[in-house]
Amino acid sequence: MIEVLGLSKRFGDVEAVSNISFSCGTSEVVGFLGPNGAGKTTTMRMITGYLVPTSGHAKVAGVDILDRSLEARRLIGYLPETVPLYAEMTVLGYLNFMALLRGVSRRIVGQRVEETADLCGLSEHLRVHIGKLSKGFRQRVGLAQAIVHDPRVLVLDEPTSGIDPIQIAQTKQLIRQLGQDRTVLISSHVLPVVSELCERVIIINSGQIVAEDSIENLLAAATNSQSFELEIVGPTEMVQRSLEEVPHVDEVFYRAPHHIVRYSGGQVTQTQILASLVENGFELLASRIIPMELEDVFLRLTRSAEDNEQR
Amino acid sequence: MTGRIGLLARRELRAHLVMPATYVGVAAFVLLNGISFCSYLADNDYSDTSIKGFCDSSQFLVLLLAALLTMRSLAEERSSGTWELLFTSPIRDFEVVLAKYLASLCVLTVALLLTTFFPVLLFTFGDPDFGPIVTSYSGIFLLGAAAVAVGIFSSSLAANQALAALLSGVISFGLWFLGSFTGAFSESIGTLLYRISLQRHFDDFVRGIIDTRAILHYFSVLAIFLFLATRSIESGRYR
Repeated sequence: MIEVLGLSKRFGDVEAVSNISFSCGTSEVVGFLGPNGAGKTTTMRMITGYLVPTSGHAKVAGVDILDRSLEARRLIGYLPETVPLYAEMTVLGYLNFMALLRGVSRRIVGQRVEETADLCGLSEHLRVHIGKLSKGFRQRVGLAQAIVHDPRVLVLDEPTSGIDPIQIAQTKQLIRQLGQDRTVLISSHVLPVVSELCERVIIINSGQIVAEDSIENLLAAATNSQSFELEIVGPTEMVQRSLEEVPHVDEVFYRAPHHIVRYSGGQVTQTQILASLVENGFELLASRIIPMELEDVFLRLTRSAEDNEQR
Repeated sequence: MTGRIGLLARRELRAHLVMPATYVGVAAFVLLNGISFCSYLADNDYSDTSIKGFCDSSQFLVLLLAALLTMRSLAEERSSGTWELLFTSPIRDFEVVLAKYLASLCVLTVALLLTTFFPVLLFTFGDPDFGPIVTSYSGIFLLGAAAVAVGIFSSSLAANQALAALLSGVISFGLWFLGSFTGAFSESIGTLLYRISLQRHFDDFVRGIIDTRAILHYFSVLAIFLFLATRSIESGRYR
């Protein structure tokens, strides 16, 4: 449904997106993750036809976004990061306008708007001016305009930003529902939202894809370098000096009343740490595995990409 | 008007109607032109029953009104984020420009129609010449139509409304006064400037002459600026 092939975007000397390729199938909700400035929004803007790529292609349902732009744009529902609303319009007027602009026929526009408002929990607010709505409701109106023409592909840039936890839960429910019979590409900073909604994630950093897999596989791969945590008692300076020297020790810090050592090197590192403890006479109070979450995978992948870049 | 251009133009027109600036601008346009119209009649002891006073002021005021009416058209879309929505919708960049243009031109036409109160007064109390009144209105309308295109172009470039209005005013008045500086340049450049100037054909309209070249001139200016506005939007897709 979405095919991206060798897409690049250069702004002056800065390459915001560099030769990325991926695809998203029908009935698939795909997460698009990356730190700020990674190139998520630029990529989404190229897929939706807002920006012209420096090189490469993007296709939506087999339609090239550059060659047959208007046709492709009709197939997409897009919620930009800044929710695009006309404050002086009522919710009804706005949704009508957006539906007609996206080619919904006048005959069925009323019905489409009604269904969409129902789906987004806006039925009670149709006559309200958008300028008078709370941020949460504005976000809903933004989502409603993206789906009012029943698009086959949804591109949502930070759909849960700035809304409260109850509204996040409602939005997730809605996206899950929408993803049953269409392609949804979501970018988000809120990793729990992505890990709950998406079967697959694409992690982008500095304009390049650093990982693309199911969340399950990403977690499994990351577990090979599982993190552990030890609680140690000993003089601060000595603990830090002796343990920081051990390879694969990620961090050593004091969290009252113990020192915590985090490492990820497996058996060899553990043996080296234990040897150091015995040698220095430190006391080991506890040892535990740190459960791996999407956030850790994300941080590890984006960090290692940055490290490589610095080298 | 049907189709997407009509849809967009109607939305734009509704946006004009809820903006206080529209009413203030139109009211000021009618009021200031009214003062000029009356002053001219009074200065001539009501012997010259023409709308010359109105023509003297409206040729400048229509440029200001056009700048005021168009300043938010695209600049506001850019600052509020709806720009991204508009230009990812299945509508051509030129259609957006044309819709915005038509909506602003519509308001400007209404402002002009409100001033027809002045000739009505002349016909009620005197016996004015009908021909020059019609041609004068045609001239002011064409001048306004060109200025609205300049305004749409300025609004497509500027980051905010104030800047758009300022840019629009500078370009419109620049194009108007271009013919006044012919002496400062060599003869060929001076002639060229005079030919481009918006002022060039206006006096003919006031005198009651409608020249096809004049109409073509104003249409060329408006077409060029609408084209430039479209190109300015298109170039944004590459930046």
